[in-house]
Amino acid sequence: MPTLPPETLLAGRTARHGTAELSELPLVPLWWIAPFPGREAALSRALAAAHGVPFPAPGETVRSGDTEIRWAGRAQALLIGPAAADPGLAEHAAVTDVSDVYARLVLTGPDTACVLARLVPLDLRPARFPAGRTARTLLGHMTAQVTATPEGVELLVMRSFARTAFHEIETAMRGVAARPG
Amino acid sequence: MRLSGYGRVDRTQSVPFRFDGRMLTGHPGDTLASALIANGVRLVGRSFKYHRPRGILTAGSEEPNALVEIGEGAGRVPNVRATVQEVHEGLVAHSQNRWPSLERDLLAVNDLAAPFLGAGFYYKTFMWPAAFWERVYEPAIRRAAGLGSFTREADPHRHEKAFASCDLLVIGAGAAGLMAALAAGEAGADVILAEEGAEPGGRLLAEAEEVGGRPAQDWAAATLARLGAMPNVRVMPRTAVTGAHDGGTYGALERVSEHLAHPAPECPRDCFWRIDARVAVLAAGALERPVAFPDNDRPGVMMASAVRAYLHRWGVVPGARIALFAAGDDARRTARDLAAAGVQIAAVIDPRADAPAPEGIDAPYFAGGQVVGTSGRQGLTAIRVRAGGRVRRIAADVLAMSGGWSPTVHLACHMGGRPVWDEALGAFLPPREGARGAVPGLIPAGAAAGVFDTAGCLASGLAAAGEALSRLGLRAPRIEVPEAEDDPGRSVPLFRVSGKGRAWLDFQNDVTVKDVELSAREGFVSVEHMKRYTTQGMAPDQGKTSNVVALAVLAEATGQTIPETGTTTFRPPYVPVPLGTIAAGAQGKGFAPERFTTSHDASAARGAPMIEAGLWYRPSYFPARGETTWREACAREVAMVREAVGVADVSTLGKIEFRGPDTGAFLDLVYTSRFSTLKPGRARYGIMLREDGHVMDDGTTARLSDDIWVMTTTTAAAGQVMAHLEMVQQCHAPGMATRFTSTTDGWAQFAVAGPRAPDLLAQVLDGGHDAGSFPFMACAAVTVAGVAGRLFRISFSGEHAYEIAVPARHGAALWRLLCAYAEGLGGGPYGMEALNVLRIEKGFPTHAELHGRTTAFDLGLQNMLSPRKDFIGKAAATRPGLLDPGRERLVGLRPVDKAGRLLAGAHLFKRGAKAIRVNDQGYLTSACHSPTLGHDIALGFVSAGPERMGERLSMVDHLRGVTTEVEICSPVFLDPDGARARS
Repeated sequence: MPTLPPETLLAGRTARHGTAELSELPLVPLWWIAPFPGREAALSRALAAAHGVPFPAPGETVRSGDTEIRWAGRAQALLIGPAAADPGLAEHAAVTDVSDVYARLVLTGPDTACVLARLVPLDLRPARFPAGRTARTLLGHMTAQVTATPEGVELLVMRSFARTAFHEIETAMRGVAARPG
Repeated sequence: MRLSGYGRVDRTQSVPFRFDGRMLTGHPGDTLASALIANGVRLVGRSFKYHRPRGILTAGSEEPNALVEIGEGAGRVPNVRATVQEVHEGLVAHSQNRWPSLERDLLAVNDLAAPFLGAGFYYKTFMWPAAFWERVYEPAIRRAAGLGSFTREADPHRHEKAFASCDLLVIGAGAAGLMAALAAGEAGADVILAEEGAEPGGRLLAEAEEVGGRPAQDWAAATLARLGAMPNVRVMPRTAVTGAHDGGTYGALERVSEHLAHPAPECPRDCFWRIDARVAVLAAGALERPVAFPDNDRPGVMMASAVRAYLHRWGVVPGARIALFAAGDDARRTARDLAAAGVQIAAVIDPRADAPAPEGIDAPYFAGGQVVGTSGRQGLTAIRVRAGGRVRRIAADVLAMSGGWSPTVHLACHMGGRPVWDEALGAFLPPREGARGAVPGLIPAGAAAGVFDTAGCLASGLAAAGEALSRLGLRAPRIEVPEAEDDPGRSVPLFRVSGKGRAWLDFQNDVTVKDVELSAREGFVSVEHMKRYTTQGMAPDQGKTSNVVALAVLAEATGQTIPETGTTTFRPPYVPVPLGTIAAGAQGKGFAPERFTTSHDASAARGAPMIEAGLWYRPSYFPARGETTWREACAREVAMVREAVGVADVSTLGKIEFRGPDTGAFLDLVYTSRFSTLKPGRARYGIMLREDGHVMDDGTTARLSDDIWVMTTTTAAAGQVMAHLEMVQQCHAPGMATRFTSTTDGWAQFAVAGPRAPDLLAQVLDGGHDAGSFPFMACAAVTVAGVAGRLFRISFSGEHAYEIAVPARHGAALWRLLCAYAEGLGGGPYGMEALNVLRIEKGFPTHAELHGRTTAFDLGLQNMLSPRKDFIGKAAATRPGLLDPGRERLVGLRPVDKAGRLLAGAHLFKRGAKAIRVNDQGYLTSACHSPTLGHDIALGFVSAGPERMGERLSMVDHLRGVTTEVEICSPVFLDPDGARARS
């Protein structure tokens, strides 16, 4: 009987240059959730009841145990963690499995903000972008969702772009590490 | 010559470098200019037009003369200012614009022809014959006139771009900038202090002054140390702010490793910053103006402030007998400091008749005097001074001059603001905030604001910081302004000295007083016209040292005042930014992202050449053993699909998933035909129009279950369709309960096509596969080798075909499995070439046909424009002009002679008609060799095409020089009833 073992385009690659480290994170269940018109409040209640997290405000993430909800654009959020989204949510919102749509990368270490400053046009100073903040933005020529975590910055890029994203970030890491003084 | 006891260079170390092949030495801390001066080198370049010998004029980035080429081979960088480039071990510099050598430049013959080479000479001289301009005159002029030469090789340097954000950007780290940064840093603001030079300090490093009771250099160092200890302050040396842009964004060029002998291989040479600042302080200082007197361009004629800077900062003096010509008290410090250092002062010439003699300087003094000439072919040997009604010759190897100071207002004018003339200061000041075109949030301070004494600059920097902090909502700290020199001295502006001979204004572009006067005489009296006619201010230095002097000369020539004459427009960048830096990150793979499918590695391993489809990489064909051309592989793959089974990765097609009860109604709005009636388990083909009635895209939408709808788009238009759907939802249907997101990357989707496709599916689907119960255009959730997937019975080849999808993580494994099973059934993978042939044989359009100018009517799809509902583009699509039978409409084309070649892009003409535009009958959009039919076939658009079946036309490809007789036929070459797909 044939089987289809899972693979990612980066096969869990990591890179370290200077004080920054880049790794591919394992896939996790991701549910794209977008409320229907007028159902925002009901959806938020249903989410809180079923998954312990309300619908997030723009740029915010909310965490409860292993479940996180992450704002993901105008009237959109990503529910991260649960193997299944509560079926009751479908009454209020579109709920779509997007677990395979994204590659997840994480950049850690003291140079994190410095490296991303080469690619991301946002103000990522820790005071302005503390752990828990999230934004949809550009990563070089690509789009990405960046989220500050206690460890560093997590990046979601469309899966097909994963190798370019890794290459671009690694190039920035090398440039930062090679700077004098 | 190097003086002991002066300068900030590290004399314990020697740094060897080369200039024009000569091995010289400098010290760490030297610029190339200071090191050349230390080595007694005076002649460093040749001028742009007349090839006049030129030396170092300034000590800053405004340098017009001392431009050199740095490095060798592909990494050579032209037009580098020797006053900016720091020396490092192994530095190789060459002078520019001379042949065969700097000392014996044969093109200096231009100087003899100077009377014929005035402003606009080429407009007047090279009028005839017209054709000669491009081929003879212009190349000859370009060879003779110029600056550095360009390497034609790829740039080997690494460049970088970066973003930064701060509360306060301080531009310039002189007295005012340091003070502003200190105050704002103490207040807790996030500060970026950008300093163009290698070392912050500005004029504090270049003068013999005291600040706070200690040498100014020490105060600067101590202040810098305090700033360095503040985590909220970032000092960026070697960073020139190049532009003030919208919304508080500033461009800045950082020289990262140009000063290093052995930078790490991956270290960028430079970095272009975009700095987002809530407030900025412009503490960019001021530029000293040269005086336009006859023959003022000889090596040895220098700015007075630069001579002081070379003495105090670098411990070098450019000559042994130095004369001073200045109309301001501040410039007298040059004579004072040099005399104190033991350098002989040849003379002090002050055009002010009433100026008292300088104290303590043992040198002839000429009040009311003027320098009216110089001599010395490759370096100054003497000056001629007119004073008291007679002219004297005075031996001197350096003349330090000063015509006054121009505040560095450039950045303050980058949004179109005009500087304001201050009659008392004799200088242009930055536009007031709030004035038309002024840069919002940019607060000028120090010399940039017209404050020319050190105490005043410190106070001005502190005040600017206070203003900035109040805008940021922060409390200004209590900081005392340290005691410092508080007398800027008296001065009068001095622009020109009349006399016989050429007096240079723009050293870099070789523009003289005479050129500007000629310009005014010939009617180019506006400063903008004068600039273009004479090229004054158009060289890489953008006229930093010459603009104000030139417009003063123009004002005199036209009888206007200086403010009436006005300035030309200041535009970014303030200093030249290398093109490689602007393009940073876009070299090689950085040019565009690469999108890879899950089957990419397996296809590459089979040797499939990749072609780009948008950002995607798709296999072109899969070469088999013994095949030598792509046509052989393509023909085999087509036959494989027609006779057995082929598999192809179609994951690149856009996939958009819909949920919500109003999805059907929403699709009715965006597609021309009805989709709300689509039953679960079925798929439907549709086209969508732009609002202007032309076809935007086509594809199928499948309804997998009551609430799961999956739209497919073409690969090329996936992004456009997504943006269009967003527009429709937000603008036309905000109340509809439907939501959609792109899942293109989430699913690996493979076409399985050919008569044996059902056999293949039976092997991979859990529970087998029964084609009879899964008709054409059916869709369903399935289990594929244990994984939840999706199956669609759709065909882009005209064969019995499916598309099978699994979550992307399983795509690579499924692809390998499908290839293996297909090969077991006499088939295998096929690439884009075969895919294209298969669809052309069936007359299926792609974006070659849906090219943005075609309508549903043109494509023969007018029956899909539902008359019973509204849809986007309906009104526009039914305009009479878009339904005119005479429009160019889709047809098939085949060669009359089977061997005839058909080529996409070729045009069609009636037989015997001249192949010119007015006779055009249409054009070919897709063409290929059909291995199934054994001849070329094509799709194209022909005027009233469907009504001209069987007519013969002449196909002419003007580019490739091919003419073929063709016959109009149906666009469906194979299986017109579609029986194979439905079988």
